[in-house]
Amino acid sequence: MAESVWEMLDGKRICICAGSGGVGKTTTSAAIAAGMAARGKKVAVLTIDPAKRLADSLGLAELGNTESQVDPALFEAAGVDCGDGELWAMMLDAKATFDETVRKHAADDESRERILNNRIYQQISNALAGSQEYMAMEKLYEIYEEGRYDLLVLDTPPSRNALDFLEAPRRLLQFIEGRSMQLFIKPTGFGMKVLGRGTGVMFSVLKRITGLDLIEDLSEFFSAFSGMVGGFKERAEKVNELLAQDESTFLVVCGPADEPIAEAVFFHDKLEESGLPFGGVIVNKVHTEGRVQESEAQVAKELRACLDDQLAAKVAENLDDYRALAERDARNIVELSAKMSGVNVIQVPYLAEDVHDLEGLMEINGHLFADADEAVAVAG
Amino acid sequence: MPRIVGLLDKRIVVVTGKGGVGKTTVSLALGLAAARAGKRVIVCEVSSQENAARIFDRPPIGFNEVELRKNLWAISIDPDHSMREYLELQLPVKAMSDLLYKSRVFNYLAAATPGLREMVTIGKIWELALETRKKKRATPYDVVIVDAPATGHGVGFLQTPRTFAEIARVGPMSKQAARIDATLTDPNETGVAIVALPEEMPVNESAKLERDLIDDVGICVDAVYMNAVFPERFSKQEIKQIEAARGGADGSAEVALSAAVDQSRRAAAHREQLDRLRELVQTPVSELPYAFSPKLGPAQIQELSEAFDG
Repeated sequence: MAESVWEMLDGKRICICAGSGGVGKTTTSAAIAAGMAARGKKVAVLTIDPAKRLADSLGLAELGNTESQVDPALFEAAGVDCGDGELWAMMLDAKATFDETVRKHAADDESRERILNNRIYQQISNALAGSQEYMAMEKLYEIYEEGRYDLLVLDTPPSRNALDFLEAPRRLLQFIEGRSMQLFIKPTGFGMKVLGRGTGVMFSVLKRITGLDLIEDLSEFFSAFSGMVGGFKERAEKVNELLAQDESTFLVVCGPADEPIAEAVFFHDKLEESGLPFGGVIVNKVHTEGRVQESEAQVAKELRACLDDQLAAKVAENLDDYRALAERDARNIVELSAKMSGVNVIQVPYLAEDVHDLEGLMEINGHLFADADEAVAVAG
Repeated sequence: MPRIVGLLDKRIVVVTGKGGVGKTTVSLALGLAAARAGKRVIVCEVSSQENAARIFDRPPIGFNEVELRKNLWAISIDPDHSMREYLELQLPVKAMSDLLYKSRVFNYLAAATPGLREMVTIGKIWELALETRKKKRATPYDVVIVDAPATGHGVGFLQTPRTFAEIARVGPMSKQAARIDATLTDPNETGVAIVALPEEMPVNESAKLERDLIDDVGICVDAVYMNAVFPERFSKQEIKQIEAARGGADGSAEVALSAAVDQSRRAAAHREQLDRLRELVQTPVSELPYAFSPKLGPAQIQELSEAFDG
């Protein structure tokens, strides 16, 4: 039984939209946030890469690393009464967030400058796989702690697969921590004793391959960062607790083709394994047109009654293509539901046009919040 | 007709674009077209997703050069195997490379060095493209097609060698990274194809990707492929007739008629995005047809590859 997003998010304060690239995650996150705001909640959506035209149409052309509010007049113009609801949005900037974190938590001015100016730091804060994900969590935690919103919706960074998002922060932490590295880069100290005689050889081999500067820069980085490692770890643990609590939920966004569906199932299993709360699946871009029971011949015959033969044949041929896709999607969704028994699956049809304004988001919400609206209508 | 003249004459062809646009499909189709033209081709996957194996319905390919069709080879390149091979090629004594590879300390260093994992991955691609391979008893290829990772982090992947050369500054790895960067940015050696989809965001992102590749990486883009474009099946006149018939129709005929209207609306929207993309990018844009097949297999790759025959 598919519940609506309204029920999935009942009592939740954090909603994480996860999924691989190209499945409409950003639009879905925006639609969920707008839909919850339209129902009276104070919502902030954190996104990595906002769709420009959508951001523009929401009056958020200058979206930055702090939240901006979508003008309530836009909701009114779209015929939506938000009551006390508010929609805020921000664009996550990993580098800026990382810098902020360093400024806030560095032990003193000197180590702060040493970190910010270190070449390894400049590389990792920008480009290291995992820093975007880690900083998304960091920002999420910060805004959650401030307690200004009823609900935070996080649009996870684009990644090769949905799992990267879960694993990246751990990888980044491991790197920052670099405990063994610290032993290693002082080969005359304690490390030497622990690691034994082979280390001397290894060090010289490494030096030969990578060049000495790299090792010196790394050494400098770890020593500058060492005072902050504890703080980073502590917050990472708090973020993990935050994500695992009842007020948080993960919604997996996917497409209807074979591979995205398989990945959604995989991600669901992984979340359960990690003890993280799984809220449901939103299948985007579902081909809904062209579902008919009759045989091809029967349809062709009916079409010949209202069109000339040539056009009737073309229309019938087009229907075959549509039917094949619709049948595949229906089959995949049945399989998805079967593999995740008891899980909510919401389908959003493949809309003929791109979503680039509030009206478009509200159209999607007609599907995301379908049952809730009926319930409201009945209750009213 | 999609532009391919010149692209497959390069040694390395990088197929890039955002997630879900069909990079694997286009890479394999390009590979098949080149193989048909008599070239020895290898398609490199770097995401460990084994998409090529799945499409060709065969067991995982892994870090092996495997022939999928005559002259069309595939490999799945992962950082761990690349690192191991790199060490073996760098260190003359196998015992030493084994020692290094298995050491916990080395693995920490490898994980800690920004970009090292990406660097050895690109290093393997480069090795595949060498006229005289470094790997023992390996046959060279005419073309190496790279099914690049999704451009989530901008152009990161292609920038890796330069970034790495700058980080390491001195030493053999830095030197090699600089050499690889020179190959990737030489338009005679390396070609770049961007894959886009006829939707607003992918079009915007493809335009931005093109700018970043040209301005930041200094790579020129050879082709932009708009993938999965709906064909224009119905003329305006026909749609009028269909709309008129729709009024009186019910049941399956109505479903068929509205599917036709939907198809023509989408085809028109795709045209619009195609026009936008052409306006936004400086590289010529070619369109690739939407595959209405529910399952992606060798037949669909074959069909798509014919679009490249010119």
